[in-house]
This record gives sequence, C-alpha cells and structure tokens, in this order.
Amino acid sequence: MRRRQLILGLGGASGALAFTLGLGWLQSRGRAQPPAALLPLPIGEMGFALTNHRGEPVRPADWIGRPTMAFFGFTWCPDVCPTTLSDISGWLDELGPDADRLNTVFITVDPERDTQQVLADYLANFDPRITGLTGPLAEVERAVAGFRARFEKVPRDGDYTMDHTAGVFLFRADGRFASIIDYHEDRRFALPKIRRVLT
Amino acid sequence: MKSLILSALLTLSAAPVLACETFTLGDLNIEHAWSRATIGADRPGVFYVEITNNGSTDDALIGIATPAAGMPMLHETVVTDGIASMPHAMSIPVPAGQTVELAPGGYHGMLMGLTTTLAEGDSFPVTLSFQNAGEVVVNVEVLSLRAEGPDCDDAN
Ligand SMILES: [Cu+2]
Repeated sequence: MRRRQLILGLGGASGALAFTLGLGWLQSRGRAQPPAALLPLPIGEMGFALTNHRGEPVRPADWIGRPTMAFFGFTWCPDVCPTTLSDISGWLDELGPDADRLNTVFITVDPERDTQQVLADYLANFDPRITGLTGPLAEVERAVAGFRARFEKVPRDGDYTMDHTAGVFLFRADGRFASIIDYHEDRRFALPKIRRVLT
Repeated sequence: MKSLILSALLTLSAAPVLACETFTLGDLNIEHAWSRATIGADRPGVFYVEITNNGSTDDALIGIATPAAGMPMLHETVVTDGIASMPHAMSIPVPAGQTVELAPGGYHGMLMGLTTTLAEGDSFPVTLSFQNAGEVVVNVEVLSLRAEGPDCDDAN
C-alpha cells in the first residue's frame, strides 16, 4: 500500500529511538532526569483506577501475567484513532489466537466525551479483543503519567481536539516496558515487536 | 426538512466501486475519494482523496465544500516528538507532475458539523477548489469506520 510506504521513513528502529528520545525531551523540560527515568514505568509501579467499556473496574495490577499492548486516543477524531485501531485490529488478525494472550488496551484522553457507552459503541467496529478505558480525568492523567505519555486539550473552531502521544506501548507479561510501535508503523516492524512480548 | 434535503443529497449507492471513479479537471486527475462511517452526526467525519497533477504548472487544493457538513476544512495530522496533532492546512500543494494523497495519518478533509450520520455504503458530493484549476465535484464513498482505503484494481 502506497501510503504505508510513504510513511515508512518514520518507522523502524530509528523511529522508535527518536520517539523514545522525543518522549524524553518532553518529560525532561523543566527538570533534568537520567535517561532511565524517561521510559514508561513498569506496569506494577503504575497507579490508576479506570473503568473499561464493559463497565468493569481496571487497575494496572490486573494486567500483570499477560503481555500488554496499550495506546492513547479519543473517539472524536476521524483520522488518527480509527487508523490506529484499524492497524491494531489488523495486527491482531494476523497474530490470530496468539493475540488472545495480550491485554490490548485503548485509553481515552478525552473522558469528557468518551464515556463507557461511547467507547462501547465505537469499539464495536474493531477487533473485540480491544478493551477501552475511561474514568475521571485525574485517573486518566495518572495513567498517562505512568506511561510517560502526554496529552493536551486544544480549543478549535468553537470545539476542541486532543493532541496526544500516538505510539503503541508494549509491555512484557511481568509488566516491564518492552518497546513502542510508532504511529502508523509498517506491520513488518510492528508484528515482530508484538511477537517478542508474546514469547 | 433537513432530512428531506439530505435524503436527496446522500444517495444510497449500490456500486461498491464508487471510490474508484476518476474525475478530471484540466490537468488534474482526482480519484479514490472516500470517507469513513460515523457513529451519529455529532462527531466530525473525514474525507480522503488522491490528486495527480499531470500538467507543468503547480497547483494547490485551497478548500472543500459539501452538503454533508456545515464546516468542512483541510487538516494535516502531524506527529512531532511522538505527539499527534491536527493543525489546519491553509492549502495543500499539488506540484506539477506529482500525486498528493489525502490519506489516513496525513492530510485529510475534516467534516465538522455533519448534517447526517455517514453510513457505510452511502455517498455524498464534495466540491474541491483549486488555486488554478478551479472547482470540481467528486462523489465520495463512505466505507466502514475500520477502512484504510478503497480496494481499487489500480490502488495497490
Ligand atoms: Cu482533522
């Protein structure tokens, strides 16, 4: 597919490195941090209490024991989020039953509009193994902080949009951070990264 | 009243290859015009298309209009330091001899103020305005929310 190849320049290992460094830069503004502190926390050290799109409470400890693939977004955006969810649905398809062992999690950065019901309606269009998370803004902020991710509400044309970290985070079954799949990364790079946390 | 107008404008299409139609405006070839289904009409819709400039003069897409949305605009998704944002694109260059894609993760038409839900299989017209070539109306096919583009024989 042409558009994937066009974007490919951003993908791959160098992209992942640039992404990690980019996160580091964002995190380090205002306070100097050693590089190790710039990576997402292990899941076991994260703290947040959110609710999934089926209405069940979710805490980070629930994810330990299975590899985790998590990403941030909001359902009001017609471009980035359907694209990411569509990419992920495609990856899950390709991984087949192996992907059943993954926690695949979409965390909204727009809990104001993305209620549990909104998430449920939205996710019905994608792979059923994707779980949506929402909750009070303060809890979303705690989750974002644990991932060393970022989001910002941006007023726009009498409405608002959300800028947010676009990569997909991968964690091993014991909760240690493994790698990041860049936004719209080619599946030739994405799938091996996922398989690595599944082994 | 609104819905009456809309049912006239948004014709249900039986032809699944609508997005593979090619439109011509002077030296410009315009194809693969598609959109994603929406849940309700509160959320913005999206518009993607591919424009090839076969001429020797640069052009630019400077605006879009459609009865399907009260406030259609041009956006570009950019990822900077891992953060995705969606600034306005004042115009999208269509250089001589090149193809420009409005495609997932890059330039796109953002259809704010939808006048109706966009359902898979619907189609609606979008008027593209170019700096030099003028205006052309294209038919836009609504694909599923999960779609990444139309399946045309020439698209891969
Ligand atoms: Cu947009």
